[in-house]
Amino acid sequence: MNSFFRFNQLWQITSALFREIIREPGVLFWGILFPILMSLGLGLAFTKKADTVRKIAVSRSSGIPGTGNSDLYKFLEMKCIKQQSGPKEDFTWQYELKDDKLGNTLFLFYELDWNEAMVMLKRGTVSLILESNNGKTEYHFDPVNADAELTYLKLRSVIGSGEVHYPENNSEIKPLTVTGTRYIDFLVPGLVTMGVMMSTMWGISYGLIEKRSKKLLRRLIATPMKKSQFLVAQITVRVIMNFIEALVLVVFALITFNMTIQGSITALILMFLAGNLAFAGIAVFVSSHTSNTEVGNGLINAVVMPMMILSGIFFSYQNFPDWSVSIIRALPLTMMTDGVRSIFNEGAGYSEVAVPALALSVIGMLFFSVGLKIFKWH
Amino acid sequence: MTSPVIEVRNVWKSFKSVQAVKGIDLNIPKGQFTALLGPNGAGKTTLVEMIEGIQKPDEGEILITGKPWKGNQDELHRIIGLSLQETRFIDKLRVSETLMLFASFFNLGKERVNEVIELVGLEEKRKSYVVNLSGGQRQRLAIGIALINTPSILLLDEPTTGLDPNARREIWEILHKLKEMSETSMILTTHYMEEAENLCNYIVIMHNGVILREGTPYSLLTESRNLDDLFVSLTGRRINE
Repeated sequence: MNSFFRFNQLWQITSALFREIIREPGVLFWGILFPILMSLGLGLAFTKKADTVRKIAVSRSSGIPGTGNSDLYKFLEMKCIKQQSGPKEDFTWQYELKDDKLGNTLFLFYELDWNEAMVMLKRGTVSLILESNNGKTEYHFDPVNADAELTYLKLRSVIGSGEVHYPENNSEIKPLTVTGTRYIDFLVPGLVTMGVMMSTMWGISYGLIEKRSKKLLRRLIATPMKKSQFLVAQITVRVIMNFIEALVLVVFALITFNMTIQGSITALILMFLAGNLAFAGIAVFVSSHTSNTEVGNGLINAVVMPMMILSGIFFSYQNFPDWSVSIIRALPLTMMTDGVRSIFNEGAGYSEVAVPALALSVIGMLFFSVGLKIFKWH
Repeated sequence: MTSPVIEVRNVWKSFKSVQAVKGIDLNIPKGQFTALLGPNGAGKTTLVEMIEGIQKPDEGEILITGKPWKGNQDELHRIIGLSLQETRFIDKLRVSETLMLFASFFNLGKERVNEVIELVGLEEKRKSYVVNLSGGQRQRLAIGIALINTPSILLLDEPTTGLDPNARREIWEILHKLKEMSETSMILTTHYMEEAENLCNYIVIMHNGVILREGTPYSLLTESRNLDDLFVSLTGRRINE
């Protein structure tokens, strides 16, 4: 009887919190539809190579335009299509570099005074200025700007001595389109884990802080309700929501991008639960004291922002300095993402994810225990 | 003589440098409706929250039915009903669902929920979301939640503050009904003189953390023409200033 009573209490709290979430229309958009749109947008952007437009300024400061004997003007006049007439700010020549593997590149050349060209460079409209100096082509660009450097490398191959290298013969390029090696395969596991972190941190932490600020927690503990049951219900509801959100996103990715889960699905569920436990514990800890929602905002952001940037959700964290990589690997989101990604793309199973799953569970339980101990109910 | 259901013995409470309650003694017998009357900052809410077990006194002792809060929390929570100042419930929960949630903490079911909905006059709003209720309806819901466990002690902290006269009168009607049909002891904090006079058979006037006067409305009104004048004669200011 007593256990039934406790179960009924837990059931009532859980269903009340669940209703609170699902009756908010924004939840459906931000929790379910938005991650799908994000994966769709990023997936399409990085899987289909779109035509690239590169804008270049041509300085007319040396020589009379169009009459020079330089390689540059020979190329512009002979190989490019000249724009007949148009507004002053429009381009003067265009040249299309066709490439069915790497994508076509359309170069737009703007003939300008040096000062005008510099203004366009400062505004970011162009990333490179071409100048003909005694017949020799000079490329002016910021060497730190990777985009400018790429434009330079591409242009140099076609301007050079005036000889045009058509890239149809780039047989040495073998595009990797095997499942597991595409950007979308890298991205989707990251979106799933980031969704778990964001949803848990904001859902539990912010939810608890808001309930404290509304004095609802104070009202609840003035009843025989078991405090731990309330927190367990809060976490249960969030895990269910996270599961639904992740499932929808994964099914969408499997169907739309032909992704596959190469490893063990039960190991994936284990990793998912361990990650949820870790972030739920952190969320309870973060929300243990404040009743001010603005302070809560700051606290939650202080936890999620560094992980969102560092944990390799959108791009690999291996690009960060070597000394920082081992620290980044110890972050809960990195552990979860690496584990989930290895199951999706490398065929990992229990043995590969056991350690991170255990570490995440320990992190979750530690933070939950400390958070519960210092938790302010009013 | 029966022992009081609430005993407050020389209770002190401070928050940082503010001394909110200064050595208060108070006994509430069974079935008595008591008003704690005083302006904002008088220490009414702090005293009630200590009786509710939400705050702990720095000094002194509070006994509910002869028992201290420590070690008796579960038992005491079962016999107390309370309504805090400005509590907000879950916005997207219906009235009946909110009551059902609180009923589950006392192992009660739908039958009691329906009784309470009828008692507080929210029959037509039982399926409405809490967020869509008016201020008066929300306060009636808060009182309904306080009454869900048929408490022998009811603690209401400013239940009618901010309500229009009609909504206030509706709350009074509910409490009058309760007074007639049960032996519940009630403490109500208010800064409305007419509310204290209309609802309660014992009034405690508080100011700056101490009790200035206490007694039945009749005994207090022998000293002055009305409670407002009595408060002015005791403190030199009006209660709502």
